[in-house]
Amino acid sequence: MKIHIKNGRIIDPANRMDEKADLYIAAGKIVAIGRMPADFHSNQEIDAAGMIVCPGLVDLSARLREPGYEYRATLESEMEAAIAGGITSLACPPDTDPPLDEPGLVEMLKHRAKSLNQAHVFPIGALTQGLQGENLTEMAELQDAGCVAFSHAENPFADSLVMMRAMQYAATFDLSVWLRAQDASLSRIGVAHEGEVATRLGLPGIPTCAETIALSKILLLARETGARIHVCRVSSAEGVEMIRQAKAQGLPVTCDVSMNHIHLSEMDIGFFDSNCHLVPPLRSLRDRDALKLGLKEGIIDAVCSDHTPVDDDAKLLPFAESEAGATGLELLLPLVLKWANESGIPVAVALSRITSLPARILNVDCGHLSQGASADICIFDPECYWKIDARSLRSQGKNTPFIGLELKGKVKYTLVGGHVVYRAGT
Amino acid sequence: MQNNRQINKNGELQHLLTIEGLPASMLHHILDTAESFVSVTEREVKKVPLLRGKAIFNLFFEPSTRTRTTFEIAAKRLSADVINLNIGASSQSKGETLLDTVNNLSAMHADMFIVRHAQSGAAHLIASHVAPEIHVVNAGDGRHAHPTQALLDMYTIRHFKQHFHELKVAIVGDIMHSRVARSQIHALTTLGVPEVRVIAPKTLLPKGVEHLGVHPYHDLSKGLKDVDVLLMLRLQNERMQGALLPSAQEYFKYYGLTPEKLALAKPDAIVMHPGPMNRGIEIDSSVADGPQSVILPQVTFGIAVRMAVMSILAGS
Repeated sequence: MKIHIKNGRIIDPANRMDEKADLYIAAGKIVAIGRMPADFHSNQEIDAAGMIVCPGLVDLSARLREPGYEYRATLESEMEAAIAGGITSLACPPDTDPPLDEPGLVEMLKHRAKSLNQAHVFPIGALTQGLQGENLTEMAELQDAGCVAFSHAENPFADSLVMMRAMQYAATFDLSVWLRAQDASLSRIGVAHEGEVATRLGLPGIPTCAETIALSKILLLARETGARIHVCRVSSAEGVEMIRQAKAQGLPVTCDVSMNHIHLSEMDIGFFDSNCHLVPPLRSLRDRDALKLGLKEGIIDAVCSDHTPVDDDAKLLPFAESEAGATGLELLLPLVLKWANESGIPVAVALSRITSLPARILNVDCGHLSQGASADICIFDPECYWKIDARSLRSQGKNTPFIGLELKGKVKYTLVGGHVVYRAGT
Repeated sequence: MQNNRQINKNGELQHLLTIEGLPASMLHHILDTAESFVSVTEREVKKVPLLRGKAIFNLFFEPSTRTRTTFEIAAKRLSADVINLNIGASSQSKGETLLDTVNNLSAMHADMFIVRHAQSGAAHLIASHVAPEIHVVNAGDGRHAHPTQALLDMYTIRHFKQHFHELKVAIVGDIMHSRVARSQIHALTTLGVPEVRVIAPKTLLPKGVEHLGVHPYHDLSKGLKDVDVLLMLRLQNERMQGALLPSAQEYFKYYGLTPEKLALAKPDAIVMHPGPMNRGIEIDSSVADGPQSVILPQVTFGIAVRMAVMSILAGS
């Protein structure tokens, strides 16, 4: 199969490329950009006039709900959502049921995902058995089975000794440890940022220090153990500042932010909108602005969708009883473009936060358009508006704070391994 | 963003969910209407036919005696049919969701739901899913709001002090967990009280409470100086010892209202309490039963205020 993508604007942040050019694909790989190779006869031509051609997006956190939560979403529905969102590689956290703590489970997930022939799925293994924070998992075996990193999902370590041991053991095999900074006891009863809105609505709060205390522990233990650390979904201005300092001191730490948190704040909860019940909580406007700035300056390396499909029943409850999370795979691109547009950031820089930089964190060969690379490609119309509603979303989760809004930037084609796996309806 | 659903397109009260966002004119309208009902409650035949044929469901997901009873009396004095449901013990324990319960009752042709629930936001959730002809009154949701309590408190203040715009008012006790305090704060600031103080140890004050327009105090003696109105709050039993407070004794010593502490307020200051009281914990019996206490008139006015709210809602 040979594909000729013509007339598009090619943006490849990894290779610092941003120009109008044609792209040629053969045998699943990118064979040339610019001049057509000799003896190239395309089977398919894609006219990308007015569109941007970029590497398939890389999402560092997407819950696919398998195994265990198939009633909320299935691998089929969520993989469809991923490619409709231009995402060709995604990492899924281990908080499935059972958690991804055994090689067999990981192999099964990889196998299921592969058979669908859509986006590449990179499982994150559990650091401890059952995410219980007591006994370590067989991390080396899990890596062999396909885990690209290890995390504790949303379960904060209650025991610092186990946390240190888990990081030491991971460091033994040079495994990457992904942690979300949330202190177990300071976040135990809260459902919203401890601030003005939680006070007004009478919702139990999660203070900012739940993040900063946990983050300082993570950073200190990273120094102590030499583990490679990635901080997931930082939520506060103070957290960004701590990462800035750690990076300045040469600590090899990376960090991401959820796309929801660069646009929303506690104010969006309004009168108990359970679509804004997220983890970590939406914090103050000041925090949101610091996250946007941190992302612009590169203190925050990547944006993730933090895709968490929740069914309607679990959202139609009083705020504190509703389930946290929002659907995200299909909104990642337009929300990153919106951030770029509002912050005056070139599209190429914005795209690096969802292609080349998360690919580097994943430590997987993806997120670029180099010659010889697998043809994982996203083609989108940067000027096309579309309305976010239950019908336009393929994910089984229709829950998002952005429901009803019109966003700019629509994926028209997604290619994985040189095959068109998604094409937008006309 | 979900909007405050309690005012309809014509500016009329559709539901009463929170005091927040209601204009002062609306609050005065409710208080004025309540005033006209006070005389009804003093008549020999304590009934008016305003809500004849209407079905009002008391939907209590959390136990309550006083509030439920006063709503029931108020509805009956308006000639409505009242159905009391203590849901905590039935459907919810069988796994039925809040909205399923409400939908089932709506199918029984309810005209109004009086809702109490342990979760903040429950009344808003119900109000955003009922048919447009059904009205919802929040009778207390979690820590969020208890608007009719705040309205009866405002009625009591207006009755004894006439005006709001020269008063110093202190709210004393567990502000953090109190829906009453939140509604009182919104009502007082909306009605133009120039100085609202909240007095509590730091463990019982929510973060950023000053953004609600109040002055926080941690010392009862300083906080009570020269105030005109004292709004005492109930301290829940489960909060009397643990990580929030060391003991009921220490709380009473530093935050309990005794005659000595009351003497720091203005000589004609009034003392209020939403009930039920913990004598000897937040308030000394000699104060609760003393000449400055207006705790029992509060209860009487509470019926008139709830009649006013229900009749205004049913008329919109």
